[in-house]
Amino acid sequence: MINEAEIRAAFPLLKRELHNTPIVYLDTAASSLQPQRVIDAMSHYYANSHANVHRGVYGTAEEATGLYEGARHAVGSLIGSKHPAQEIVFTKNTTESINLFVNSWGGTKLGPDDAVVISIMEHHANIVPWFVLQERIGFELRWIGVDGNGELMLDNLDELLTGAKVLSVTAMSNVLGTINPIAELAAAAHRHGAIIHVDGAQSVPHLPVDVDALDIDLMSFSSHKMLGPTGIGVLWARREILTAMPPFLTGGGMILDVRTDGFTPADGPSRFEAGTPPIAEAVGVAEAARYLKELGLDAVRDHEQALTAYALDRLFDAFGDELTVHGPRDVARRGGVISFTLGEVHAHDIAQILDSHAVCVRPGHHCAKPLMRHLGVPATARASFGVYNTTADADALVEGLRDAAKLFA
Amino acid sequence: MADLEELYREIILDHYRSPRNRGELASPPAHRTEGFNPLCGDEIVVTIDVLDGVLQDIKIAGQGCSISQSSASLMSGAVKGKSIPDVRSTIATFKTLMLSHESHLGDGDAEPEAVDLKSLGELAALQGVVKFPVRIKCATLGWNTLTQALDEAGA
Ligand SMILES: Cc1ncc(COP(=O)(O)O)c(C=O)c1O
Repeated sequence: MINEAEIRAAFPLLKRELHNTPIVYLDTAASSLQPQRVIDAMSHYYANSHANVHRGVYGTAEEATGLYEGARHAVGSLIGSKHPAQEIVFTKNTTESINLFVNSWGGTKLGPDDAVVISIMEHHANIVPWFVLQERIGFELRWIGVDGNGELMLDNLDELLTGAKVLSVTAMSNVLGTINPIAELAAAAHRHGAIIHVDGAQSVPHLPVDVDALDIDLMSFSSHKMLGPTGIGVLWARREILTAMPPFLTGGGMILDVRTDGFTPADGPSRFEAGTPPIAEAVGVAEAARYLKELGLDAVRDHEQALTAYALDRLFDAFGDELTVHGPRDVARRGGVISFTLGEVHAHDIAQILDSHAVCVRPGHHCAKPLMRHLGVPATARASFGVYNTTADADALVEGLRDAAKLFA
Repeated sequence: MADLEELYREIILDHYRSPRNRGELASPPAHRTEGFNPLCGDEIVVTIDVLDGVLQDIKIAGQGCSISQSSASLMSGAVKGKSIPDVRSTIATFKTLMLSHESHLGDGDAEPEAVDLKSLGELAALQGVVKFPVRIKCATLGWNTLTQALDEAGA
Protein backbone atom coordinates (compact mmCIF):
# COMPACT_ATOMS: atom_id res chain seq x y z
CA MET A 1 0.00 0.00 0.00
CA ILE A 2 1.12 3.49 -0.82
CA ASN A 3 0.96 5.96 2.06
CA GLU A 4 -0.19 9.03 0.16
CA ALA A 5 0.67 11.65 2.76
CA GLU A 6 4.14 10.24 3.27
CA ILE A 7 4.86 10.01 -0.44
CA ARG A 8 3.61 13.49 -1.21
CA ALA A 9 5.75 14.93 1.57
CA ALA A 10 8.79 13.31 -0.04
CA PHE A 11 8.48 15.36 -3.26
CA PRO A 12 9.42 19.01 -2.65
CA LEU A 13 8.06 20.27 -5.97
CA LEU A 14 4.54 19.35 -4.86
CA LYS A 15 4.76 22.29 -2.45
CA ARG A 16 4.96 24.65 -5.43
CA GLU A 17 2.10 26.91 -6.37
CA LEU A 18 1.21 28.13 -9.85
CA HIS A 19 -1.02 31.21 -10.06
CA ASN A 20 -1.45 31.01 -6.26
CA THR A 21 -2.86 27.49 -6.49
CA PRO A 22 -1.05 24.34 -5.32
CA ILE A 23 0.41 22.54 -8.32
CA VAL A 24 -1.38 19.49 -9.72
CA TYR A 25 1.34 17.69 -11.61
CA LEU A 26 -0.09 15.39 -14.28
CA ASP A 27 2.84 15.19 -16.68
CA THR A 28 4.87 12.31 -15.29
CA ALA A 29 4.92 10.52 -18.66
CA ALA A 30 7.02 13.44 -19.94
CA SER A 31 9.18 13.64 -16.84
CA SER A 32 8.63 12.61 -13.25
CA LEU A 33 9.27 14.66 -10.13
CA GLN A 34 12.17 13.77 -7.83
CA PRO A 35 11.97 12.90 -4.15
CA GLN A 36 14.15 14.92 -1.78
CA ARG A 37 16.37 11.92 -1.11
CA VAL A 38 17.43 11.80 -4.78
CA ILE A 39 18.24 15.51 -4.73
CA ASP A 40 20.09 15.06 -1.43
CA ALA A 41 22.10 12.13 -2.73
CA MET A 42 23.30 14.24 -5.63
CA SER A 43 24.15 17.31 -3.53
CA HIS A 44 25.90 15.11 -1.01
CA TYR A 45 27.97 13.61 -3.79
CA TYR A 46 28.98 17.03 -5.12
CA ALA A 47 29.71 18.40 -1.64
CA ASN A 48 31.68 15.39 -0.45
CA SER A 49 32.92 12.96 -3.06
CA HIS A 50 33.16 14.62 -6.45
CA ALA A 51 36.10 13.67 -8.66
CA ASN A 52 36.42 12.22 -12.12
CA VAL A 53 35.88 8.48 -12.18
CA HIS A 54 38.15 5.55 -13.00
CA ARG A 55 41.65 6.99 -13.28
CA GLY A 56 42.30 8.73 -9.96
CA VAL A 57 44.00 6.95 -7.07
CA TYR A 58 43.19 9.46 -4.32
CA GLY A 59 40.36 8.93 -1.88
CA THR A 60 37.56 10.95 -3.42
CA ALA A 61 38.32 9.63 -6.92
CA GLU A 62 37.93 6.13 -5.56
CA GLU A 63 34.69 7.12 -3.83
CA ALA A 64 33.31 8.65 -7.00
CA THR A 65 34.26 5.55 -8.97
CA GLY A 66 32.64 3.34 -6.34
CA LEU A 67 29.44 5.37 -6.43
CA TYR A 68 29.33 5.36 -10.23
CA GLU A 69 29.95 1.63 -10.57
CA GLY A 70 27.64 0.94 -7.63
CA ALA A 71 24.85 2.70 -9.49
CA ARG A 72 24.84 -0.14 -12.05
CA HIS A 73 23.92 -2.53 -9.24
CA ALA A 74 21.12 -0.38 -7.85
CA VAL A 75 19.58 0.11 -11.29
CA GLY A 76 20.21 -3.49 -12.35
CA SER A 77 18.57 -4.81 -9.23
CA LEU A 78 15.36 -2.89 -10.03
CA ILE A 79 14.95 -4.67 -13.38
CA GLY A 80 16.27 -8.08 -12.38
CA SER A 81 19.63 -7.88 -14.16
CA LYS A 82 21.78 -10.76 -12.90
CA HIS A 83 25.09 -9.21 -13.97
CA PRO A 84 24.69 -5.45 -13.67
CA ALA A 85 28.44 -4.74 -13.85
CA GLN A 86 28.46 -6.29 -17.32
CA GLU A 87 24.96 -5.43 -18.50
CA ILE A 88 24.07 -1.86 -17.50
CA VAL A 89 25.35 0.89 -19.80
CA PHE A 90 24.78 4.51 -18.81
CA THR A 91 23.76 6.86 -21.60
CA LYS A 92 22.11 10.27 -21.71
CA ASN A 93 18.49 9.08 -22.00
CA THR A 94 16.27 6.50 -23.71
CA THR A 95 16.85 8.19 -27.05
CA GLU A 96 20.62 7.80 -26.80
CA SER A 97 20.25 4.20 -25.59
CA ILE A 98 18.19 3.32 -28.65
CA ASN A 99 20.59 5.15 -30.98
CA LEU A 100 23.45 3.24 -29.42
CA PHE A 101 21.68 -0.08 -29.90
CA VAL A 102 20.49 0.65 -33.44
CA ASN A 103 23.85 1.92 -34.66
CA SER A 104 26.15 -0.48 -32.85
CA TRP A 105 24.14 -3.68 -33.09
CA GLY A 106 22.07 -2.81 -36.14
CA GLY A 107 25.00 -1.24 -37.96
CA THR A 108 26.97 -4.49 -37.83
CA LYS A 109 24.31 -7.20 -37.75
CA LEU A 110 21.85 -5.99 -40.38
CA GLY A 111 22.14 -6.31 -44.15
CA PRO A 112 19.98 -5.27 -47.11
CA ASP A 113 18.04 -8.56 -47.07
CA ASP A 114 17.10 -8.36 -43.39
CA ALA A 115 13.98 -7.04 -41.74
CA VAL A 116 13.35 -5.02 -38.58
CA VAL A 117 9.94 -5.03 -36.87
CA ILE A 118 8.62 -2.08 -34.86
CA SER A 119 5.09 -0.88 -34.10
CA ILE A 120 2.87 2.04 -35.05
CA MET A 121 2.67 3.10 -31.39
CA GLU A 122 6.41 3.73 -31.00
CA HIS A 123 7.85 7.00 -29.75
CA HIS A 124 9.93 8.76 -32.43
CA ALA A 125 12.99 7.62 -30.46
CA ASN A 126 12.27 4.04 -31.60
CA ILE A 127 11.46 5.02 -35.19
CA VAL A 128 13.82 7.68 -36.50
CA PRO A 129 17.10 5.86 -35.66
CA TRP A 130 15.83 2.90 -37.71
CA PHE A 131 15.01 5.15 -40.66
CA VAL A 132 18.47 6.69 -40.54
CA LEU A 133 20.16 3.28 -40.45
CA GLN A 134 17.84 1.98 -43.14
CA GLU A 135 19.09 4.69 -45.51
CA ARG A 136 22.60 3.37 -45.05
CA ILE A 137 21.86 -0.37 -45.10
CA GLY A 138 18.56 -0.77 -46.88
CA PHE A 139 16.84 -3.38 -44.68
CA GLU A 140 13.07 -3.68 -44.62
CA LEU A 141 11.17 -1.91 -41.82
CA ARG A 142 7.92 -3.66 -40.88
CA TRP A 143 5.20 -2.23 -38.67
CA ILE A 144 2.91 -3.95 -36.19
CA GLY A 145 -0.49 -2.25 -36.41
CA VAL A 146 -2.71 -0.92 -33.62
CA ASP A 147 -6.40 -1.87 -33.31
CA GLY A 148 -9.39 0.25 -32.40
CA ASN A 149 -8.84 -0.47 -28.73
CA GLY A 150 -5.30 0.91 -28.88
CA GLU A 151 -3.65 -2.51 -28.65
CA LEU A 152 -1.05 -4.14 -30.90
CA MET A 153 -2.51 -6.28 -33.70
CA LEU A 154 -0.69 -9.54 -33.31
CA ASP A 155 -2.63 -11.79 -35.71
CA ASN A 156 0.05 -11.48 -38.37
CA LEU A 157 3.00 -11.36 -35.98
CA ASP A 158 4.49 -14.61 -37.30
CA GLU A 159 4.37 -13.27 -40.81
CA LEU A 160 6.02 -10.00 -39.75
CA LEU A 161 8.74 -11.83 -37.86
CA THR A 162 9.58 -14.23 -40.68
CA GLY A 163 13.08 -13.30 -41.80
CA ALA A 164 13.32 -10.51 -39.22
CA LYS A 165 16.47 -10.08 -37.15
CA VAL A 166 15.09 -7.80 -34.46
CA LEU A 167 11.82 -6.76 -32.89
CA SER A 168 11.98 -3.37 -31.17
CA VAL A 169 8.84 -2.36 -29.32
CA THR A 170 7.63 -0.26 -26.43
CA ALA A 171 6.45 -1.98 -23.25
CA MET A 172 3.92 0.77 -22.60
CA SER A 173 2.65 3.45 -24.96
CA ASN A 174 3.33 7.01 -23.86
CA VAL A 175 0.15 8.11 -25.67
CA LEU A 176 -2.37 5.30 -25.21
CA GLY A 177 -1.09 3.87 -21.97
CA THR A 178 -1.39 0.42 -23.55
CA ILE A 179 0.69 -2.22 -21.79
CA ASN A 180 2.09 -4.56 -24.42
CA PRO A 181 2.50 -8.33 -23.89
CA ILE A 182 6.29 -8.25 -23.83
CA ALA A 183 6.83 -11.86 -22.70
CA GLU A 184 4.65 -13.10 -25.55
CA LEU A 185 6.44 -10.83 -28.05
CA ALA A 186 9.83 -12.00 -26.79
CA ALA A 187 8.85 -15.64 -27.22
CA ALA A 188 7.61 -14.97 -30.73
CA ALA A 189 10.78 -13.08 -31.70
CA HIS A 190 12.98 -15.87 -30.38
CA ARG A 191 10.92 -18.50 -32.20
CA HIS A 192 11.87 -16.71 -35.39
CA GLY A 193 15.52 -16.35 -34.44
CA ALA A 194 15.19 -12.60 -33.86
CA ILE A 195 16.26 -10.65 -30.78
CA ILE A 196 13.95 -8.28 -28.93
CA HIS A 197 14.75 -4.77 -27.76
CA VAL A 198 12.21 -3.13 -25.44
CA ASP A 199 11.61 0.60 -25.01
CA GLY A 200 11.10 0.62 -21.25
CA ALA A 201 10.84 4.41 -20.83
CA GLN A 202 7.25 4.15 -19.57
CA SER A 203 7.27 0.64 -18.09
CA VAL A 204 10.31 0.64 -15.80
CA PRO A 205 8.96 3.57 -13.72
CA HIS A 206 5.43 2.20 -13.36
CA LEU A 207 5.32 -1.60 -13.67
CA PRO A 208 7.21 -4.50 -12.16
CA VAL A 209 9.83 -5.35 -14.82
CA ASP A 210 12.05 -8.44 -14.69
CA VAL A 211 14.22 -8.84 -17.77
CA ASP A 212 14.79 -12.54 -17.10
CA ALA A 213 11.15 -13.39 -16.53
CA LEU A 214 10.24 -11.48 -19.70
CA ASP A 215 13.15 -13.16 -21.49
CA ILE A 216 14.08 -10.04 -23.42
CA ASP A 217 17.50 -9.15 -24.86
CA LEU A 218 17.87 -5.39 -24.52
CA MET A 219 15.95 -2.57 -22.87
CA SER A 220 16.29 1.23 -22.93
CA PHE A 221 14.95 3.62 -20.29
CA SER A 222 15.42 7.11 -18.83
CA SER A 223 16.21 8.17 -15.28
CA HIS A 224 14.10 11.34 -15.46
CA LYS A 225 10.88 9.39 -15.92
CA MET A 226 11.59 7.13 -12.92
CA LEU A 227 11.99 9.72 -10.15
CA GLY A 228 15.66 10.31 -11.00
CA PRO A 229 17.53 13.27 -12.51
CA THR A 230 17.71 14.27 -16.19
CA GLY A 231 20.92 13.64 -18.10
CA ILE A 232 21.23 9.90 -17.61
CA GLY A 233 19.61 6.91 -19.25
CA VAL A 234 20.21 3.19 -19.34
CA LEU A 235 20.76 0.54 -21.96
CA TRP A 236 20.47 -2.90 -20.42
CA ALA A 237 21.69 -5.73 -22.64
CA ARG A 238 22.43 -9.40 -22.10
CA ARG A 239 26.14 -10.01 -21.71
CA GLU A 240 26.45 -12.10 -24.87
CA ILE A 241 24.85 -9.36 -26.92
CA LEU A 242 26.72 -6.46 -25.37
CA THR A 243 30.08 -8.20 -25.74
CA ALA A 244 29.52 -8.56 -29.47
CA MET A 245 28.57 -4.91 -30.01
CA PRO A 246 31.20 -2.46 -31.32
CA PRO A 247 31.61 1.02 -29.77
CA PHE A 248 29.24 3.81 -30.80
CA LEU A 249 30.53 7.07 -29.29
CA THR A 250 34.30 6.97 -29.00
CA GLY A 251 37.13 8.79 -27.26
CA GLY A 252 38.47 8.63 -23.73
CA GLY A 253 37.12 6.23 -21.14
CA MET A 254 36.00 3.57 -23.62
CA ILE A 255 39.40 2.18 -24.57
CA LEU A 256 41.78 -0.47 -23.35
CA ASP A 257 44.64 0.81 -25.46
CA VAL A 258 45.35 3.47 -28.06
CA ARG A 259 48.40 3.31 -30.31
CA THR A 260 49.47 5.24 -33.39
CA ASP A 261 48.11 2.43 -35.52
CA GLY A 262 44.72 2.04 -33.85
CA PHE A 263 42.93 1.28 -30.61
CA THR A 264 41.47 -1.54 -28.57
CA PRO A 265 38.10 -0.83 -26.96
CA ALA A 266 37.40 -1.61 -23.32
CA ASP A 267 35.26 -4.56 -22.33
CA GLY A 268 31.81 -4.39 -20.83
CA PRO A 269 29.67 -1.29 -20.39
CA SER A 270 32.70 1.08 -20.38
CA ARG A 271 33.14 0.37 -24.07
CA PHE A 272 30.01 2.43 -24.67
CA GLU A 273 30.67 5.22 -22.18
CA ALA A 274 33.03 7.60 -23.95
CA GLY A 275 34.14 10.71 -22.09
CA THR A 276 33.43 11.75 -18.51
CA PRO A 277 30.09 10.17 -17.61
CA PRO A 278 27.20 11.80 -15.72
CA ILE A 279 28.46 10.82 -12.26
CA ALA A 280 26.13 12.82 -10.01
CA GLU A 281 23.24 11.69 -12.20
CA ALA A 282 24.30 8.07 -11.74
CA VAL A 283 24.23 8.66 -7.98
CA GLY A 284 20.76 10.16 -8.41
CA VAL A 285 19.30 7.39 -10.56
CA ALA A 286 20.70 4.79 -8.16
CA GLU A 287 18.89 6.48 -5.29
CA ALA A 288 15.71 6.68 -7.35
CA ALA A 289 15.97 2.96 -8.14
CA ARG A 290 16.41 2.15 -4.44
CA TYR A 291 13.42 4.32 -3.58
CA LEU A 292 11.20 2.66 -6.19
CA LYS A 293 12.32 -0.73 -4.95
CA GLU A 294 11.45 0.18 -1.37
CA LEU A 295 8.01 1.39 -2.45
CA GLY A 296 7.65 -1.79 -4.48
CA LEU A 297 6.63 -1.64 -8.13
CA ASP A 298 3.60 -3.81 -7.37
CA ALA A 299 2.35 -1.21 -4.92
CA VAL A 300 3.16 1.62 -7.34
CA ARG A 301 1.26 -0.16 -10.09
CA ASP A 302 -1.75 -0.86 -7.83
CA HIS A 303 -1.91 2.75 -6.73
CA GLU A 304 -1.67 4.12 -10.26
CA GLN A 305 -4.14 1.59 -11.66
CA ALA A 306 -6.74 2.45 -9.03
CA LEU A 307 -6.19 6.14 -9.69
CA THR A 308 -6.55 5.65 -13.45
CA ALA A 309 -9.82 3.79 -12.93
CA TYR A 310 -11.08 6.57 -10.69
CA ALA A 311 -10.05 9.31 -13.13
CA LEU A 312 -11.62 7.59 -16.14
CA ASP A 313 -14.90 7.12 -14.26
CA ARG A 314 -14.98 10.74 -13.13
CA LEU A 315 -14.11 12.02 -16.61
CA PHE A 316 -16.81 9.98 -18.34
CA ASP A 317 -19.36 10.86 -15.66
CA ALA A 318 -18.63 14.54 -16.20
CA PHE A 319 -18.32 14.70 -19.98
CA GLY A 320 -19.92 11.57 -21.44
CA ASP A 321 -19.79 11.47 -25.21
CA GLU A 322 -17.98 14.80 -25.44
CA LEU A 323 -14.88 13.00 -24.17
CA THR A 324 -12.73 10.71 -26.30
CA VAL A 325 -10.08 8.74 -24.45
CA HIS A 326 -7.62 6.89 -26.65
CA GLY A 327 -6.33 3.48 -25.64
CA PRO A 328 -7.80 0.54 -23.73
CA ARG A 329 -10.73 1.24 -21.43
CA ASP A 330 -9.77 -1.75 -19.24
CA VAL A 331 -7.34 -0.40 -16.64
CA ALA A 332 -5.72 -3.81 -16.25
CA ARG A 333 -4.38 -3.38 -19.79
CA ARG A 334 -3.17 0.21 -19.50
CA GLY A 335 -0.96 2.41 -17.37
CA GLY A 336 -1.73 5.81 -15.89
CA VAL A 337 -1.58 7.76 -19.14
CA ILE A 338 -4.83 9.33 -20.32
CA SER A 339 -4.78 10.94 -23.76
CA PHE A 340 -8.03 12.62 -24.59
CA THR A 341 -9.91 15.16 -26.63
CA LEU A 342 -12.92 17.07 -25.39
CA GLY A 343 -15.56 18.10 -27.90
CA GLU A 344 -14.29 20.82 -30.19
CA VAL A 345 -11.81 22.22 -27.68
CA HIS A 346 -8.28 21.94 -29.06
CA ALA A 347 -5.67 20.22 -26.90
CA HIS A 348 -3.63 23.42 -26.68
CA ASP A 349 -6.54 25.35 -25.33
CA ILE A 350 -7.35 22.58 -22.87
CA ALA A 351 -3.79 22.65 -21.55
CA GLN A 352 -3.83 26.45 -21.34
CA ILE A 353 -7.05 26.56 -19.34
CA LEU A 354 -5.88 23.74 -17.09
CA ASP A 355 -2.71 25.71 -16.42
CA SER A 356 -4.83 28.51 -14.99
CA HIS A 357 -6.02 25.87 -12.47
CA ALA A 358 -2.38 24.86 -11.84
CA VAL A 359 -3.11 21.53 -13.52
CA CYS A 360 -0.11 20.48 -15.62
CA VAL A 361 -0.92 18.35 -18.66
CA ARG A 362 0.71 18.12 -22.07
CA PRO A 363 -0.91 18.93 -25.43
CA GLY A 364 0.37 17.76 -28.79
CA HIS A 365 1.51 14.67 -30.65
CA HIS A 366 3.68 13.31 -27.83
CA CYS A 367 6.49 12.41 -30.24
CA ALA A 368 4.39 9.64 -31.76
CA LYS A 369 3.22 11.04 -35.09
CA PRO A 370 2.67 7.72 -36.89
CA LEU A 371 0.30 6.75 -34.06
CA MET A 372 -1.46 10.14 -34.14
CA ARG A 373 -1.97 9.78 -37.91
CA HIS A 374 -3.38 6.32 -37.31
CA LEU A 375 -5.76 7.68 -34.66
CA GLY A 376 -6.67 10.51 -37.03
CA VAL A 377 -6.12 13.23 -34.44
CA PRO A 378 -3.59 16.05 -34.83
CA ALA A 379 -3.20 16.51 -31.10
CA THR A 380 -4.46 15.20 -27.77
CA ALA A 381 -4.20 16.47 -24.25
CA ARG A 382 -2.42 13.96 -22.03
CA ALA A 383 -2.75 13.64 -18.27
CA SER A 384 -0.35 11.11 -16.76
CA PHE A 385 0.01 9.88 -13.21
CA GLY A 386 2.90 9.15 -10.90
CA VAL A 387 2.99 7.43 -7.55
CA TYR A 388 2.57 10.84 -5.84
CA ASN A 389 -0.78 11.62 -7.50
CA THR A 390 -4.08 11.20 -5.70
CA THR A 391 -7.80 11.20 -6.45
CA ALA A 392 -7.80 14.90 -5.51
CA ASP A 393 -5.55 15.50 -8.54
CA ALA A 394 -8.02 13.66 -10.77
CA ASP A 395 -10.81 15.81 -9.30
CA ALA A 396 -8.83 18.97 -10.08
CA LEU A 397 -8.43 17.77 -13.66
CA VAL A 398 -12.19 17.28 -14.02
CA GLU A 399 -12.94 20.70 -12.49
CA GLY A 400 -10.46 22.43 -14.79
CA LEU A 401 -11.95 20.68 -17.80
CA ARG A 402 -15.42 21.89 -16.84
CA ASP A 403 -14.06 25.41 -17.26
CA ALA A 404 -12.62 24.58 -20.65
CA ALA A 405 -15.90 23.05 -21.78
CA LYS A 406 -17.78 26.11 -20.54
CA LEU A 407 -15.49 28.64 -22.23
CA PHE A 408 -15.71 26.88 -25.58
CA ALA A 409 -19.36 25.87 -25.32
CA MET B 1 -7.72 34.42 -14.03
CA ALA B 2 -7.47 37.84 -15.63
CA ASP B 3 -4.75 36.89 -18.11
CA LEU B 4 -6.75 33.96 -19.35
CA GLU B 5 -9.73 36.19 -20.09
CA GLU B 6 -7.41 38.50 -21.99
CA LEU B 7 -6.20 35.56 -24.03
CA TYR B 8 -9.62 34.16 -24.84
CA ARG B 9 -11.46 37.36 -25.74
CA GLU B 10 -14.91 37.01 -27.20
CA ILE B 11 -13.71 38.09 -30.67
CA ILE B 12 -11.14 35.31 -30.65
CA LEU B 13 -13.64 32.66 -29.60
CA ASP B 14 -16.04 33.98 -32.23
CA HIS B 15 -13.47 33.71 -35.02
CA TYR B 16 -12.53 30.24 -33.80
CA ARG B 17 -16.16 29.07 -33.86
CA SER B 18 -17.01 30.78 -37.15
CA PRO B 19 -13.82 31.34 -39.09
CA ARG B 20 -14.00 33.92 -41.89
CA ASN B 21 -12.78 33.33 -45.44
CA ARG B 22 -12.61 29.63 -44.74
CA GLY B 23 -11.58 27.21 -47.48
CA GLU B 24 -9.21 27.14 -50.41
CA LEU B 25 -9.20 29.11 -53.67
CA ALA B 26 -8.66 27.02 -56.78
CA SER B 27 -4.94 26.87 -57.42
CA PRO B 28 -3.85 27.65 -59.98
CA PRO B 29 -4.61 30.44 -60.58
CA ALA B 30 -4.41 31.17 -56.83
CA HIS B 31 -1.14 30.58 -55.00
CA ARG B 32 -1.24 27.96 -52.23
CA THR B 33 1.13 27.77 -49.23
CA GLU B 34 1.11 25.47 -46.20
CA GLY B 35 2.46 26.41 -42.80
CA PHE B 36 3.15 24.04 -39.90
CA ASN B 37 3.96 24.39 -36.27
CA PRO B 38 5.97 21.18 -35.82
CA LEU B 39 5.79 21.44 -32.04
CA CYS B 40 2.04 21.18 -31.75
CA GLY B 41 0.90 20.03 -35.18
CA ASP B 42 -1.08 23.20 -35.98
CA GLU B 43 -1.48 23.64 -39.69
CA ILE B 44 -2.60 26.57 -41.84
CA VAL B 45 -3.17 26.57 -45.59
CA VAL B 46 -3.28 30.02 -47.17
CA THR B 47 -4.45 30.48 -50.76
CA ILE B 48 -4.13 33.97 -52.25
CA ASP B 49 -5.14 35.67 -55.44
CA VAL B 50 -2.97 38.68 -56.31
CA LEU B 51 -3.86 40.90 -59.24
CA ASP B 52 -2.72 44.44 -60.15
CA GLY B 53 -0.77 44.81 -56.91
CA VAL B 54 -3.82 44.01 -54.81
CA LEU B 55 -4.62 40.98 -52.65
CA GLN B 56 -7.92 40.32 -54.39
CA ASP B 57 -8.88 37.27 -52.38
CA ILE B 58 -7.59 35.05 -49.58
CA LYS B 59 -8.82 31.84 -48.02
CA ILE B 60 -7.67 29.97 -44.97
CA ALA B 61 -7.79 26.22 -44.35
CA GLY B 62 -6.10 23.92 -41.84
CA GLN B 63 -6.63 22.93 -38.25
CA GLY B 64 -5.28 23.84 -34.87
CA CYS B 65 -5.92 25.61 -31.61
CA SER B 66 -8.22 28.58 -31.10
CA ILE B 67 -5.32 31.03 -31.20
CA SER B 68 -3.78 29.87 -34.48
CA GLN B 69 -7.13 29.52 -36.22
CA SER B 70 -8.71 32.75 -34.98
CA SER B 71 -5.55 34.73 -35.68
CA ALA B 72 -5.54 33.49 -39.28
CA SER B 73 -9.25 34.27 -39.61
CA LEU B 74 -8.77 37.80 -38.26
CA MET B 75 -5.80 38.21 -40.57
CA SER B 76 -7.80 37.23 -43.62
CA GLY B 77 -10.35 39.93 -42.86
CA ALA B 78 -7.65 42.54 -42.25
CA VAL B 79 -5.73 42.00 -45.50
CA LYS B 80 -8.35 41.05 -48.05
CA GLY B 81 -8.73 43.62 -50.82
CA LYS B 82 -5.71 45.66 -49.68
CA SER B 83 -2.74 46.71 -51.78
CA ILE B 84 0.34 44.52 -51.31
CA PRO B 85 2.32 47.30 -49.54
CA ASP B 86 -0.60 47.74 -47.11
CA VAL B 87 -0.78 43.98 -46.54
CA ARG B 88 2.93 43.84 -45.80
CA SER B 89 2.71 46.77 -43.45
CA THR B 90 -0.20 45.16 -41.55
CA ILE B 91 1.86 41.98 -41.23
CA ALA B 92 4.81 44.00 -39.93
CA THR B 93 2.68 45.83 -37.36
CA PHE B 94 1.13 42.60 -36.12
CA LYS B 95 4.49 40.91 -35.79
CA THR B 96 5.84 43.88 -33.87
CA LEU B 97 2.95 43.50 -31.45
CA MET B 98 3.76 39.82 -30.97
CA LEU B 99 7.46 40.49 -30.57
CA SER B 100 6.93 43.12 -27.91
CA HIS B 101 7.18 40.28 -25.41
CA GLU B 102 10.70 39.42 -26.53
CA SER B 103 11.86 43.02 -26.25
CA HIS B 104 10.54 43.06 -22.67
CA LEU B 105 12.75 40.07 -21.96
CA GLY B 106 15.81 41.81 -23.40
CA ASP B 107 18.36 43.63 -21.30
CA GLY B 108 16.40 46.85 -21.48
CA ASP B 109 18.31 48.91 -24.00
CA ALA B 110 16.02 47.84 -26.84
CA GLU B 111 12.87 49.86 -26.18
CA PRO B 112 9.89 47.92 -27.46
CA GLU B 113 8.64 49.57 -30.60
CA ALA B 114 5.35 51.30 -29.89
CA VAL B 115 2.51 49.62 -31.75
CA ASP B 116 -0.44 51.68 -32.83
CA LEU B 117 -3.17 49.36 -31.56
CA LYS B 118 -5.88 51.43 -33.19
CA SER B 119 -4.39 50.81 -36.62
CA LEU B 120 -4.79 47.09 -35.95
CA GLY B 121 -8.53 47.27 -35.40
CA GLU B 122 -9.97 43.90 -34.37
CA LEU B 123 -6.50 42.36 -34.52
CA ALA B 124 -5.68 44.17 -31.30
CA ALA B 125 -7.78 41.49 -29.58
CA LEU B 126 -4.79 39.20 -30.00
CA GLN B 127 -2.54 41.29 -27.78
CA GLY B 128 -3.41 39.08 -24.79
CA VAL B 129 -1.35 36.35 -26.44
CA VAL B 130 1.82 38.29 -25.70
CA LYS B 131 1.56 37.27 -22.05
CA PHE B 132 1.70 33.59 -23.06
CA PRO B 133 5.02 33.23 -24.87
CA VAL B 134 4.37 29.62 -25.92
CA ARG B 135 1.25 30.71 -27.77
CA ILE B 136 2.94 33.45 -29.83
CA LYS B 137 3.96 30.79 -32.34
CA CYS B 138 0.30 29.82 -32.66
CA ALA B 139 -0.76 33.43 -33.25
CA THR B 140 1.91 34.12 -35.88
CA LEU B 141 1.56 30.86 -37.85
CA GLY B 142 -1.00 32.22 -40.33
CA TRP B 143 0.94 35.47 -40.74
CA ASN B 144 4.22 33.74 -41.48
CA THR B 145 2.43 31.52 -43.95
CA LEU B 146 0.92 34.57 -45.68
CA THR B 147 4.34 36.23 -45.87
CA GLN B 148 5.73 33.09 -47.45
CA ALA B 149 2.81 32.95 -49.90
CA LEU B 150 3.38 36.58 -50.95
CA ASP B 151 7.10 35.95 -51.41
CA GLU B 152 6.50 32.82 -53.44
CA ALA B 153 3.92 34.57 -55.58
CA GLY B 154 6.44 37.35 -56.21
CA ALA B 155 4.00 39.91 -54.84
C1 LIG C 1 7.98 5.41 -24.76
C2 LIG C 1 9.06 6.45 -24.81
N1 LIG C 1 10.19 6.19 -25.47
C3 LIG C 1 11.21 7.08 -25.52
C4 LIG C 1 11.12 8.30 -24.91
C5 LIG C 1 12.27 9.26 -25.01
O1 LIG C 1 12.82 9.47 -23.77
P1 LIG C 1 13.99 10.54 -23.60
O2 LIG C 1 13.43 11.84 -24.07
O3 LIG C 1 14.28 10.53 -22.15
O4 LIG C 1 15.12 10.07 -24.43
C6 LIG C 1 9.95 8.62 -24.23
C7 LIG C 1 9.80 9.94 -23.57
O5 LIG C 1 9.00 10.77 -23.93
C8 LIG C 1 8.90 7.67 -24.16
O6 LIG C 1 7.76 7.95 -23.52
